[in-house]
Amino acid sequence: MEKLHQNKNMQLLIGLMMGIVFGFLLQKGGVTKYDVILAQLRLTDFTVLKIMLSAVIVTMLGVSYLYPKGIVKLHVKPGSIKNAVIGGLIFGVGFATLGYCPGTIAGAVGNGYLDGLIGGMIGIIIGSGIYAAIYGTLKDKKIISEDRFSGKSLFDSMKGNPFKYTLPFAGVLALIMVIVEWMGL
Amino acid sequence: MNVFSAYQWSPYAVGIGIGLLNIIALILSNKVLGASTTYVNVSGMIRKWIDPEYVKNNPFYSSNVPNIDWGFMLVLGIILGAFISSLLSGDFGLVLVPPMWANEISDSFFVRFIVAMFGGIVLGIGSRWAGGCTSGHGISGTSQMSIISWVAAMAFFIGGIVTAFLIYGI
Repeated sequence: MEKLHQNKNMQLLIGLMMGIVFGFLLQKGGVTKYDVILAQLRLTDFTVLKIMLSAVIVTMLGVSYLYPKGIVKLHVKPGSIKNAVIGGLIFGVGFATLGYCPGTIAGAVGNGYLDGLIGGMIGIIIGSGIYAAIYGTLKDKKIISEDRFSGKSLFDSMKGNPFKYTLPFAGVLALIMVIVEWMGL
Repeated sequence: MNVFSAYQWSPYAVGIGIGLLNIIALILSNKVLGASTTYVNVSGMIRKWIDPEYVKNNPFYSSNVPNIDWGFMLVLGIILGAFISSLLSGDFGLVLVPPMWANEISDSFFVRFIVAMFGGIVLGIGSRWAGGCTSGHGISGTSQMSIISWVAAMAFFIGGIVTAFLIYGI
């Protein structure tokens, strides 16, 4: 696997193939549509939450099995709770105003949504460029930071078999979906 | 009816598929699914083309060198995959203004275009500030049990829900 990870052209091809499957799934889930995303944010349809929580359960249980065996490495992002709260709220404002997120907008473009292509995608690129321009200042003034949670995963704090922790947690996430279904959302 | 030409799949089937895809990405590519980094890469590549000195001296781009990478191909693939899926189900169609926005706010493409671009700019800033997006933090980070990712995912939805109600009313 190490060899495959270092084969640059092969990785670009795998990235493309994964993207095709990802985009196919997003479109089949309906989340490449503005109306479905906004219905979630207006709390009238919980498709987005159902897709996300099912994906989280499967990935989390897969990592619980593969990580202790050393087959996969973890990729936890650096940052801080403060960055996550401030950046996350800014993201949320953009999420509802645009009606797509960075992944689903690519799917929306494939689905034919021109507001996603000419408006949103260009906007995200400009916004990312603005962030890169202000990044130095944000860092110097300590508005963005790294705290003790930066790059940390609870998998590394779990004693013994991770399934002891992740199975009950998956149960809680599944229960949330059961309640959502029961409420008819 | 062929499953690939179905209009919509169960959200649980889609979510399980995305979860399996994430595990395959970890095994085959030592990567997790995430989309937002690609946009800052593209912004850097465009800027580099206009002004290479700026990119060389910028503290963000010098530690996150813009290039065509796995994530770029992933986003390109998402466009293709959604295109294939929507063609197979007959769901593909050019849309200028999404139906909900057209019915309740305005059917002008110009208004929607300005709002979408503004939303995109805010989303771009927020995703880099938080360090990820709905997929990178919301699915990949949370499932790797990162506390920061769980907080970010909740902030995405709190910000999004409040803004959606401000736009459309209660």
